[in-house]
Amino acid sequence: MAAVRTTGEVLRHRLAVVSLVVILFVMLAPILWITATAFKPRNLATTVPPTVFFTPEVSPFVKLMVKRSQLREKPTEEQLAAAPWWERLVLEGGEKVVRSGKGAVQPSGYPSRFLNSLIVATVSTVLAVSMGTITAYGFSRFKVKGEDDWLFFILSTRMLPPVVVAIPMFLMYRAVGLNDTHLGLIILYTAFNLSFSVWLMKGFIDEIPKEYEDAALVDGYTRMQAFFKIVLPEAATGIAATAVFCFITAWNEYAFALIMTNKRAQTAPPFIPSQIGSGLPDWTVIAAGTVLFLLPVAIFTFLLRNHLLRGMSFGAIRK
Amino acid sequence: MSPSSQAAGPALRSRGMSDLAIRNLFIIPTIVFLIVFNIFPLIYSLGYSFTDFRASTNEPARFVGLQNYRDLLSDPFIWRNFTITAKYVLVSVTGQVIVGFGIALLLNREIPFKGLLTTLLLLPMMLSMAVVGLFWKLLYDPSFGIINYALGLGTFEWLANPDVALYAIALVDIWMWSPFVMLLSLAGLSAVPKHLYEAAAIDRASGLYTFFRITLPLVAPILLIAIIFRTMEAFKTFDLAYILASQPTTEVISIRLYKMAFQEWQTGLSCAFAYIVLIMVLAITNIYVKYLNKVKER
Repeated sequence: MAAVRTTGEVLRHRLAVVSLVVILFVMLAPILWITATAFKPRNLATTVPPTVFFTPEVSPFVKLMVKRSQLREKPTEEQLAAAPWWERLVLEGGEKVVRSGKGAVQPSGYPSRFLNSLIVATVSTVLAVSMGTITAYGFSRFKVKGEDDWLFFILSTRMLPPVVVAIPMFLMYRAVGLNDTHLGLIILYTAFNLSFSVWLMKGFIDEIPKEYEDAALVDGYTRMQAFFKIVLPEAATGIAATAVFCFITAWNEYAFALIMTNKRAQTAPPFIPSQIGSGLPDWTVIAAGTVLFLLPVAIFTFLLRNHLLRGMSFGAIRK
Repeated sequence: MSPSSQAAGPALRSRGMSDLAIRNLFIIPTIVFLIVFNIFPLIYSLGYSFTDFRASTNEPARFVGLQNYRDLLSDPFIWRNFTITAKYVLVSVTGQVIVGFGIALLLNREIPFKGLLTTLLLLPMMLSMAVVGLFWKLLYDPSFGIINYALGLGTFEWLANPDVALYAIALVDIWMWSPFVMLLSLAGLSAVPKHLYEAAAIDRASGLYTFFRITLPLVAPILLIAIIFRTMEAFKTFDLAYILASQPTTEVISIRLYKMAFQEWQTGLSCAFAYIVLIMVLAITNIYVKYLNKVKER
């Protein structure tokens, strides 16, 4: 914008800045609130009126990780003294840590779901990005008959509502025993992200001048060598951005995971809301699980900030 | 192509793989993969859509012809699901455009920490919709929820009230996806040539006139991309509505489909329903992609 001049403009500029600060606060308030809840003692999580100021504690995160059961009576002094610090936090909350016969601490359902999310998202990202990159190169550098139709076909596979695709996939997976397996979910997420990865990578590869490879070919490189030694390093930023987008999509996905998994391969998004089901939910523990789950995405958003526009518009807008 | 590279052509082909082989090696696996895991299942379900198959029993599927399609298209309840979805799309996309474009207009100036501010504002759209739905349940709670407290609404029911629930879900969608419209609008706004504004200032054009005659027409194409994209996503919506509420008034198409297929186990019928939805989505996608390509070419 042109330099600020008149008093009217100065005023309007200040007003805009103030409104932006207010908007930022309102937009972030839900995230701040759930984060605050994750550090609250249980009795302050659902008070009327809501508690804004409190001494933060980590007990929700400890409770999130271990299997617990309700204590019938208050823990004795000896019990508290004998317990390590994290177990004391659970005892003080009126619950005890469930141990196996040999005394090993039993984990809650959360760590395995988190791990499942990590495995499924990582493997499907690697597959989708590597296949997507070479396919994008193929479309970018070679003549393909009906190229636009193929690219439309690739994109349209992503546009369907997940439930529409999930019905036949569920039946097919049931027939071959892929329901509730990591492999089944990985295949689904790879297929889902592949179309995105082809479209985005094609944009990035189109931007790499063809002359680089032509020069390499003249220098005696084979086409394959030129691809691996010239094109891939040039496309590194694009590949990284595409990978992060694919990871976030797979990490956040809910509908397929809800339908295709129930325990063994269940990921975090269907698991976290399912904790609400019975009785009075402990919102501090749910909040802790939520915060831990959202944290990687928040970090990735900052890493991706310069590519968000491009990724969110399927590579249509490049700035 | 320069003469030297043309001369090198035949020699290159004798070394390593030919371009044709590489092209096929790079493209065909992806196409095959997508056909096997995206198209084949749809063909599979097309077959089931003409049967009365129920996946919960072991009884073999019986061919019923077009009966499923006839039943669905004449079922008033299904049309109610479409009406609910249309209402949801309209409310949430309109809200996102107003809020998102509004914030973009405010952001389109020189301010300190603009990059950080923009990134922070974009955070909601990157989060998992299922988990977002879950924590908005906490915010919406009639007794201890922060929203009722902040707005002084007492114990107002958001999600248990059949008249309000759909709008409450749309509000979460607006919160989540306004940043998307903002992001695209910002790109459009920053591309408006500065000299147009300077010329308008010299002509003493009013702020309103500048907005409607310069800003809006130039941002319109990119804003339209945002609208089409959000319309498609809102049409498909499942996660938020499924987690937040279970009112008959919040039963959007995807939820109806999910219940039909995985709770009532009317597999054949749900396959037919899925096909009706699929044809609608493909029609919207076609328009969208044509428009994308048009904008790209400019």
